[in-house]
Amino acid sequence: MSSKISSDATAAAVPIVEVSELTRAFGSRRAVAGVSFSLAAGECLAVFGPNGAGKTTLLRVLAGLLKPTSGSARVSGIQLPGGALARSRIGLISHHTMLYEALSPRENVAFAARLYGIRDARPRVDDALGRMAMLERGNTPVRSLSRGMQQRVSIARAMVHSPQLVLADEPYNGLDDSGARALTALLQELRGAGTAIIIVTHNLAEGLSLATRAAVMQSGRFVRQDTVDRIDAGSYTRTYREALGTGG
Amino acid sequence: MADILFAAWLIARKDLTIEFRTRSAFFSAVVFALLSMAIFYYAWDPTAVTATDLAPGVLWVIFTFSGLLGLHRSFGVEAADHAIDGLLASPVSRESIFLGKAIANLIFVAGVQLVAIPALVLFYNLPLGNVAGPLVAIAVLAAIGLVAVGTLFSAMAVNTRLAELLLPMLALPFFVPIVTAAAQATAKLLSGRPVIEAAAWLKLLLAFDIVFVAACTLAYPFTVED
Amino acid sequence: MKLLSALAGVAVVGAVVRAAYFTPLEAKQGAAQKIFYLHVPAAWVAFLAFFLVAVASGVYLWLRDPRLDRFAESSAEVGVIFTTVVLITGPLWAKPIWGTWWAWWDVRLVSTLFLWFIYVSYIVLRGAIDSPELRARYSAILGILGALLIPFIHLSVYLFSTMHPMPIVGKPSKPSLPGEMLLTLFVSLGAFTLLYVAFVRSRYRYAVERDALASVGTVNA
Repeated sequence: MSSKISSDATAAAVPIVEVSELTRAFGSRRAVAGVSFSLAAGECLAVFGPNGAGKTTLLRVLAGLLKPTSGSARVSGIQLPGGALARSRIGLISHHTMLYEALSPRENVAFAARLYGIRDARPRVDDALGRMAMLERGNTPVRSLSRGMQQRVSIARAMVHSPQLVLADEPYNGLDDSGARALTALLQELRGAGTAIIIVTHNLAEGLSLATRAAVMQSGRFVRQDTVDRIDAGSYTRTYREALGTGG
Repeated sequence: MADILFAAWLIARKDLTIEFRTRSAFFSAVVFALLSMAIFYYAWDPTAVTATDLAPGVLWVIFTFSGLLGLHRSFGVEAADHAIDGLLASPVSRESIFLGKAIANLIFVAGVQLVAIPALVLFYNLPLGNVAGPLVAIAVLAAIGLVAVGTLFSAMAVNTRLAELLLPMLALPFFVPIVTAAAQATAKLLSGRPVIEAAAWLKLLLAFDIVFVAACTLAYPFTVED
Repeated sequence: MKLLSALAGVAVVGAVVRAAYFTPLEAKQGAAQKIFYLHVPAAWVAFLAFFLVAVASGVYLWLRDPRLDRFAESSAEVGVIFTTVVLITGPLWAKPIWGTWWAWWDVRLVSTLFLWFIYVSYIVLRGAIDSPELRARYSAILGILGALLIPFIHLSVYLFSTMHPMPIVGKPSKPSLPGEMLLTLFVSLGAFTLLYVAFVRSRYRYAVERDALASVGTVNA
């Protein structure tokens, strides 16, 4: 069953992500098996689904870590695999913190900033760390921080270069209440400024609080896509379970 | 080209900062080198083999094994929290990642050699004379070859089950031409022969460096899943 | 398939019999020289096998066809056996002829030793990786780099031997073999090549079955 995008009432903004029949196979196994959607600036797509559905693989393809096997994907108008230019527009929050434990949060985020071509990194680094309330511990080695704090640094690192598209894989993992609130606030702000967000999460409530669109992924496909507008987690849970039950 | 080098330098600097923070690999390599000099000396009969005859072999064998100590942590630091994904998702090219790591390893190896070579001259009472210049040339060429091959295999070994065992196993056969050429050339120099006699060995080192720097830089992107 | 194995087996036995009983003794070396008919063909196959591993590796990195990887794997495992034969027959021949078990100045012997090292690292590397795709890619890289290494080993030993000439008594050389001996050599070469093909086919079959079994659990519905 191909996944059609439900028409949006809002004016069609320039799409930041356009994906059509995207497939990624590992040998004979298709982890992503024909996904189609598009996402405009300021929109947030929440992708829900069971383990092994292909959500992480989908993000990794969009992030430029994996090449598509077939189908097409465009990020900021650039056809993937888009090389350095496409990657420079994307921020990735992954399962793992991707941090260097011997370095401090400042050093980790500054290193990322320079990789993304930011000349005068200091103010941007401080801003990013500040948003995630990590300035105070900004100079201690990451290994001495708790998992939740490391996650905050990882998030700051992903945002420091003001990406057009944020790909977040279980970003709330390990975050305490205040960290979760800081993240939600940050993502809302980014959305308002025109960043597109794709968030993969198990937590329906957190995902739905940010999302303008929601998709349920199973066995490599979107079995359902909806526009969500202040939908509450309770009613969506039924939708979610139904979608998985029928399996597309 | 310039941005490849710039990105490589950023990565090298990051690696060196981390190494400088912990310093453990560097000190281990230096201590290993110095201890080996002692062991090798006592393992031979000084009336049968003079220290000067022993020195070239000792120097370059130590160089290999202490180099391995540094090479191992090269990609190890990226594996810990999947930091390599951060590098791969950034705009820097795969080649920059390889070159950056290689440059950091080169500086590491050079650092160890800066301690080991004078230590060897001291311990073995070597007649340096005006051999220092050519010796540095040999050291540089040998280090480049070691680092090219070692960095690539480090990238591969870190993703396997027996990482610490696999890195030496993969790399040592490749180190043999380097060690042979370097040791033979050093022996010629230390025994006072004119530099020209060591030329053939130096040419071999140079050819090795050219071939393997190119091959390993080209091979590195294939070690990354795509 | 069985025909090929049988044929190869017969060929090898035939070659051995011919070498032992129907080929004249070499004047200076006597009976020990007959190992030559085992040693040289084994070396030929050892290097052929690795050359094919290197080619398959290169093409694999280009086409990413798993059949190429299975072939490289098979050729490597068969190659290491032949290489081991060379390294055993080498000293057995060298001791009576050269007076020494091993000869660090002999380019071919040392190159074969390093071929053996590369083969063994190749096999150990494969054993240390679980993911088939990663294993294929990494082995391919090693296959190509290993092929690049051998000429440098060759050159190093050659330079070493020219600078440090060793006293050798009656060093045998390949050329100018009388007709009878040349024929035996070619018969042996042919037999060993047949054996290589038979072994690789058999090993390849095994690899196909093993991979098919492994993917049973992961095929997409």
